[in-house]
Amino acid sequence: MDTESLQAHDNVHPLRQEEESKGDREKDSETYPLPLEDYKRYGRQMILDGFGLQGQVNLSHASIAVVGAGGLGCPVLQYLAAAGVGKLGIFDADTVDISNLQRQILHSEVTLGMPKALSAKEALLRINSRLNIEAVTEAITAPNALSLLRAYSLILDCTDNVPTRYLLSDVAVTLGVPLVSGAAQRLDGQLCVYNMVQGEGVRGPCYRCIFPTPPNPTTVGSCEELGVLGGVTGVIGSLQAVEAVKILTGMDQRPTMTIYNALSFPPFRSIRLRPRREACIACGKDATERRARERAEGLEVTLPAVDYVQFCGGPTPDWEREGQVSGQEGERMRAGDLKQLLDNGEQVNIIDVRNPTEFSIVHLPSSRNVPLKTLLASPSSYLSAHPTVVTCRLGNDSKIGADALRKALVEERVTDGLAGEEPKAAERTLEGKGRPAEGSGADVEGIGQAGAPLGERGPVMDLVGGLRAWSFQVDSTFPQY
Amino acid sequence: MESTISIKVEFSGGLELLFDNKRSHELALPAVVPLNNDTKKDVVVAEGQGKPADVAYLIAYLRDHLLQERAELFEEGGTVRPGILVLVNDTDWELEGEGEYALRDGDEIVFISTLHGG
Ligand SMILES: [Zn+2]
Repeated sequence: MDTESLQAHDNVHPLRQEEESKGDREKDSETYPLPLEDYKRYGRQMILDGFGLQGQVNLSHASIAVVGAGGLGCPVLQYLAAAGVGKLGIFDADTVDISNLQRQILHSEVTLGMPKALSAKEALLRINSRLNIEAVTEAITAPNALSLLRAYSLILDCTDNVPTRYLLSDVAVTLGVPLVSGAAQRLDGQLCVYNMVQGEGVRGPCYRCIFPTPPNPTTVGSCEELGVLGGVTGVIGSLQAVEAVKILTGMDQRPTMTIYNALSFPPFRSIRLRPRREACIACGKDATERRARERAEGLEVTLPAVDYVQFCGGPTPDWEREGQVSGQEGERMRAGDLKQLLDNGEQVNIIDVRNPTEFSIVHLPSSRNVPLKTLLASPSSYLSAHPTVVTCRLGNDSKIGADALRKALVEERVTDGLAGEEPKAAERTLEGKGRPAEGSGADVEGIGQAGAPLGERGPVMDLVGGLRAWSFQVDSTFPQY
Repeated sequence: MESTISIKVEFSGGLELLFDNKRSHELALPAVVPLNNDTKKDVVVAEGQGKPADVAYLIAYLRDHLLQERAELFEEGGTVRPGILVLVNDTDWELEGEGEYALRDGDEIVFISTLHGG
């Protein structure tokens, strides 16, 4: 469905017919604080001790910002919409992709390509047509964050990157609202409530109090690289929705951190967290005083002066593009050239450096699996008389593998040379430079590639763009994942 | 005083991948260790030159004996790298004195890498 038809759908939606029924509802509110139908609709939660009618009234007046409408945001939004939260803000700049549907349960085949914020809004209005939803397709950044989020009494972090996590924490501290933060990867999940009120003027720690220094970007993986099970994002998203309801109804307001692993026994662990840090640049003494001063002077309250992306080590690399960057002449092979070699019946030592699980999903027929870690442990064991082509999913790890193999090749030659013994294979290869090393003994079939030495040690190259490029450029029936 | 202490170590949030993909480890550590956290098995602690095995020593021990990947993915400057939270019996280690917490027999130390996916 495209955006236009979504809007058309919106226009006929019961939400828009509010005007007509307004008269009836005003009559209800004279006697009862909730519309008549809500007593039945929300009765199952209103009869809970500690929730009650007041809990529902609180929810109906609450406004919650859900940042990220992905694996965590979908279950969060679904439960909060169903529970009757007054206003929901959905913030997501991404569009729905087929690879999202495995876990992002508000989106569907029908909304592929649609902005996630709008796709989610459409799904929520099917659950609860009276919801007030603000769907924002603009990315949240330091310049716009405060104005976009100011109207909300609670922020839920359902994002997937480090800079936004720091930004949302700073926004929550600056606006004085709690932050319910979720994260999930592989079979692991984490839940934490930051900046939680703990009584008169006392607040729990913020994200920066616990993690003052961001991790090196090379130690941070994404769901695309590491994988994630749909139910795991569902567990954490559902917990976030529960925490939000607990906070808004006043059932419980303690700062908490919970970690989950689907394979651990027991699977959940609750953690006692440190208090707020006095030296924290977001919620510590100096920052609190700065904000008080800004308020007193009638100025706009500001975020800490931080370039969030740089603070977290620069932008996340686009690994698909990185994998296609051309390297030194003769060190990289294009998918089409590899196909040509194989079609010519050349023997090629194709090494796939992905892990065995990924290798078993799909691989080139004549390739063998040597996980990068194994290859780096003893690269010389994988040198071959044939040309070697190293591959992986996108063409990044394969570069590391190919570099290690080439280094091993050089070391082998140096060792042979220093030994002063009769020249071995590597020496003789130089004679055959630039053409197939016919009759050099073994069943060697060299390739005339960019002056790489031929002979008993074939040249080592990596496949530009990895198996994804193979699928795009050579064989469109080769699965991508 | 016993000459060794037994503790349980658990890795979470993907850190287990650095430790032979094993989440749970039972360790026996010397009760008294060198002040400089030298983890060599035959090291002799001279009288007055030792301290009770603490979390800082444990970090060095894990790096030297169990870690199977590049050290910087786990340890940095004598402590854990940014983005790793340490728990001492389910309590944030900052409340327990961080690296200086003296390990006791039966303690459970958990190392958690923060997740960022959503
Ligand atoms: Zn703080």
